[in-house]
Amino acid sequence: MSQDSIIIVKDLVKKFGNFIANDHLTFDVYQGEIFGFLGANGAGKTTAIRILCGLSTPTSGKVSVAGYDAYKQTEKIKQNIGYMSQRFSLYEDLTAFENIQFYGGIYGLSSKEIKSRSAKLFDRLGFEEFQKKQIKDIPLGWRQKLAFSVAIFHKPKIVFLDEPTGGVDPITRRQFWDLIYQAANDGITIFVTTHYMDEAEYCNRASIMVDGRIADIDTPLNMIKKYNANSMDDVFYILARKMVD
Amino acid sequence: MNKFWGFVIKEFYHIFRDKRTMLVLFGMPVVMMLLFGFVVTNEIKDARIAILDMSNDNTTREITNKILSSGYFQLQERLSSDKEIDGVFKKGNVKEVIVFDRNFEKDLYRKGISNVQLITDASDANQAKMIAEYTSGIIRNYGLTLNQEQNLPFKINTEYKMFYNPELKGVYMFVPGIMAMILMLVSALMTSISIVREKEMGTMEVLLVSPLRPIQIVLGKVMPYVFLSFINAVVIILVSLYVFKLPIQGSIVLLLAECFLFIVLALSIGILISTVTANQQVAMLFSMVALMLPTMLLSGFIYPVENMPLILQGLCQLMPPKWFIEIVKGIMLKGGGLEKVWDETLVLLGMTILLLTLSASKFKKRLE
Repeated sequence: MSQDSIIIVKDLVKKFGNFIANDHLTFDVYQGEIFGFLGANGAGKTTAIRILCGLSTPTSGKVSVAGYDAYKQTEKIKQNIGYMSQRFSLYEDLTAFENIQFYGGIYGLSSKEIKSRSAKLFDRLGFEEFQKKQIKDIPLGWRQKLAFSVAIFHKPKIVFLDEPTGGVDPITRRQFWDLIYQAANDGITIFVTTHYMDEAEYCNRASIMVDGRIADIDTPLNMIKKYNANSMDDVFYILARKMVD
Repeated sequence: MNKFWGFVIKEFYHIFRDKRTMLVLFGMPVVMMLLFGFVVTNEIKDARIAILDMSNDNTTREITNKILSSGYFQLQERLSSDKEIDGVFKKGNVKEVIVFDRNFEKDLYRKGISNVQLITDASDANQAKMIAEYTSGIIRNYGLTLNQEQNLPFKINTEYKMFYNPELKGVYMFVPGIMAMILMLVSALMTSISIVREKEMGTMEVLLVSPLRPIQIVLGKVMPYVFLSFINAVVIILVSLYVFKLPIQGSIVLLLAECFLFIVLALSIGILISTVTANQQVAMLFSMVALMLPTMLLSGFIYPVENMPLILQGLCQLMPPKWFIEIVKGIMLKGGGLEKVWDETLVLLGMTILLLTLSASKFKKRLE
């Protein structure tokens, strides 16, 4: 894995009035890695993701995503990232193909390109039977896979996954991670938040946020060793408790 | 631009695939028109009456004929004494009794004045008032022609005055109001619901993260409804033209342009509602309460503004439909050009700009 940084965050501060949501965050995400962005609810993850996606402006600090500045070049950032949330974000009354057509379209792909890419996609996923079905008639696991494929359909440099496996059974979750690995192999950088600490162990590196600050960044294995823990779950508890004390 | 049209097409899929939306969009306007035009109308037709003619001369017979041939009334019974009046009402099969005074014709020609009494069944107060007004209208009319023919100042006393349009058509009053109501409902309600639905489904997040600009998102959501609302406006005009035979006195281009302005205004209200509500039910409730009631009650649609208490009259001035209804009445019924409805148009335009700015800034703020 190359060590080129595709996301550079230095001393990022985001305040809402007196409340400090992000308190001097500093981290890099490397090109092509799977980066886990962990933290409890309210730790400031969502705020940071919104900044990285160009939806909100930092109060201070330096933020660069895919080589673009988060203050001035949000349009460029948006063009180069993909995004998927827990809610899958597909239109239920549109067919699988129409969803792809729509999302491909708003990223500026030509209809010819959309057709050839989606044909490959449906073929690779074994998805042909669902192509002309409305999303509401497609099983949940398939919807999730489709949502992910849609998020990376325009071949973004980075894809942000905001708790993508929430509310999904373990087998589907495992299959979903296979897709993530595939995308990473294709050179897409994965930025993923999750509540499931076993999933954290699938990441190349992870950061753990507590109360608006980053408590630690390392490979899962190193963290488990460092804190003398059995799993990432333990690491998470140890860090959360340490910061509170 | 290509992105934008993709968005609009997607929006049309949503609309055409949702039966409820389709029903509200296209069923409701026609049903409402027909309902208001035929059922909830303050016209009367074939009201049953009884006549007590104590004079029974040429004049009273002529008036009776006029009343019965108007199409509004149907003779149920002829009474021979005033003692029967009570009984006739109690049986409930008569809405009005017309009583001609003794020596009606003689009094009219000798004293120049004679009396007719209209007794109505006021258990339905509105209808009673209407029937009495219609009757007195016909009698007055007779008195006027008599005056012209004889060139003498005859006077037939009746208690009511004519408030109505010359042909006594209720539709004249309702069409502008229904137009305001339907355009308001379709534009504001449907856009607010469709924007809020994206929020609920989580698709709004994805749209915001995409290279689409917020303004493109809003325009893309709103465009189809501008188009469909405009079609609705045309349908309403066609129905009033061909079903209710209501002529358009003024310029139809001007009328459509004013409709367009009102649609844009209603849409900006819809966007505003969508920024302050979190789910479809709330948006729907909000639209109903905040839009429907004022449109129906505070716009002069059903109740004339002039008859309201001062505070409510002031409130009416703030209601966009009130101005729109005045414009439509001005163009359709009075045949006025832009110079006649200029003031009202300016007010609507001002309101539209205010609402658009407000909703745009609100929408932006929510993104922060």
